[in-house]
Amino acid sequence: MIAGLYVYWALFAVMLIGLYVVISHGNLVKKLLGLTVFQVGVFLFFISVGKVAGGSAPIIAEGAGPYSHPLPQVLILTAIVVGVATLAVGLALAVRIFESYGTVEEDELERVADEQPEPNGAFGAQCVPNAPFGSERGGGRS
Amino acid sequence: MTAQLPALQVAIPLACAPLCVLFRVRFVPWLLFVVAAVGSLVCAALLAGRVASEGTVRYAMGDWRAPAGIEFVVSAFNTPVLLLVSLAATVTAGYARRSVAAEIEPRRRRLLYACLCLTLAGLLGLAVTGDVFNAFVFLEISSLATYTMIAMGQHRRALLAAFRYVVIGTVGAVFVLIGIGLAYAVTGTLNMADLAERLAEGHDNRALQAAVVFVFVGLAVKMAVFPLHAWLPGAYAEAPSVVSTFIAATGTKVAVYVFCRFAFTVFGAALVFGVLRIDRIGLALAALAMLVGSAAACFQQDLRYLLAWSSVAQIGYILAGVSLATASGVSAAYLHLINHAVTKAALFAAAGLLVMQLGSVRLSALAGLGRRMPWTFAAIVVAGLGLVGVPPTAGFVSKWALVTALVERGMWPVLVAMLASSLLALVYVGRIIEVVWFREPPASAELEPTQSPATPASMVAAIWFLVLLTVYFGIDPTFPGGLADAAASALLGSGGE
Repeated sequence: MIAGLYVYWALFAVMLIGLYVVISHGNLVKKLLGLTVFQVGVFLFFISVGKVAGGSAPIIAEGAGPYSHPLPQVLILTAIVVGVATLAVGLALAVRIFESYGTVEEDELERVADEQPEPNGAFGAQCVPNAPFGSERGGGRS
Repeated sequence: MTAQLPALQVAIPLACAPLCVLFRVRFVPWLLFVVAAVGSLVCAALLAGRVASEGTVRYAMGDWRAPAGIEFVVSAFNTPVLLLVSLAATVTAGYARRSVAAEIEPRRRRLLYACLCLTLAGLLGLAVTGDVFNAFVFLEISSLATYTMIAMGQHRRALLAAFRYVVIGTVGAVFVLIGIGLAYAVTGTLNMADLAERLAEGHDNRALQAAVVFVFVGLAVKMAVFPLHAWLPGAYAEAPSVVSTFIAATGTKVAVYVFCRFAFTVFGAALVFGVLRIDRIGLALAALAMLVGSAAACFQQDLRYLLAWSSVAQIGYILAGVSLATASGVSAAYLHLINHAVTKAALFAAAGLLVMQLGSVRLSALAGLGRRMPWTFAAIVVAGLGLVGVPPTAGFVSKWALVTALVERGMWPVLVAMLASSLLALVYVGRIIEVVWFREPPASAELEPTQSPATPASMVAAIWFLVLLTVYFGIDPTFPGGLADAAASALLGSGGE
């Protein structure tokens, strides 16, 4: 019975690896990769829950055998879309951060933010604005 | 038509979002957000009336019946949330036009309005859904839109705040997803009512207990409960003013509602508070949140960070009420949820007006401005006293209800933490008052006559509407009190306690 649960052990290990990468890495892109691994672990966990040993696709036909539960797969289809959207938002933010700070390393970001104190003017004022795409600022390390 | 109200509630904002992006005419996206907000407010009001007269309204999405299909449930426990979210959106819509024009560059404005519509749709969907997986999807819709909006803040620090929120928020949401998966593995259903039925026993199932813990830890991230609050100060303080006004009033509050919904009507109080003793953890974290949040607020140099830290403390009050798991506790939590949402929205809206006129809300930049902008600062003071809990404001009513509920259960340490936190609130609100009314304005400020463009009437009206609402709820709490009591009895009644 314990051996029969090896899938869950493996999948929770995948989740933990992802979560560990999120926590341990200072690079924002690597954090997002870890986040994706974490999510994929959860997706696989959902699908494995619906799996029936020897089951096939749920097609009604003459002499069809047992079939795997299709609902978790459908749910995960939705969750994958959500995951892709999250990754897209995260990567877009990472690009914007690189454009305006010139780095995506967390400790360097802190340093840059401290060295150049927070500008506090209103929109269009003298400050370092929250730059739009393709602005001149940043990109110092390209 | 009225039969479709629960769906319309969510569908109107959802449909307005893509339209916002399509129309490039200057004022149309704003108008669409107004339509979405007012539309959902009308739906919420009609539904609240119907729930009050006929009881729970169940709506089968696409006419697929409950356990198989997705069900929307409107009952006494979520009408306060629906009313709160849609009212906050409506007030924000009134406030938004001038504030967005001042803070956001033209080509991004329609995107901001689209995200506001999406957030509204997500939060309302989260509040009405009766399906746990659907709840996860709506949670992510509202969160993703919120991340995007925070990144539109004026300073580049907003990007870091948004990124941090993306990472922490997504981990939280995925935790909820793991919990849902485990609960599904145990029961084979995703419908909330169905889950509650099948979880009435078998409480010593380890997978089920893990499910409860995963769901609540995930929701605690979204609620910004104390050790998981790290995303909140930056997110609230760096977001554009419109966004901080809206999400400060709604984001964490809806998460609190979902927490209650899962605790009482899905897993059941017997499992959550009886077997797993989440109430003890909740009370301990609530007490810590009250102390740490208020103390940190006292040391902030920026008005918006101060307000954000105060929110961390206020979430502590609400969590304490929920964790008591008694009718009076949950009712007090709902009441404080409503009152605090209105108060904090007023404060963030006022801070947004200051940002627009002064360019900064660092406390040092506000010195002595009380005489130059008496109305704005009067609003901040009245709402600030609401945070402390001074009698004629709404904050007093709900804190009093919470104190009564705590005394009822003999939770003295939490009560002490709460009083200490209120004193600390007096300190940070006192600091604002001291700086703006009693300090001399810096000489340089006098030399700059360019500041203070005409104050937009729409923004002032929105701020004062919220401020007067807190005072009204403080003087005559029958309306929010009635909603809160009905919500508490609906939650505890079906909790199988």
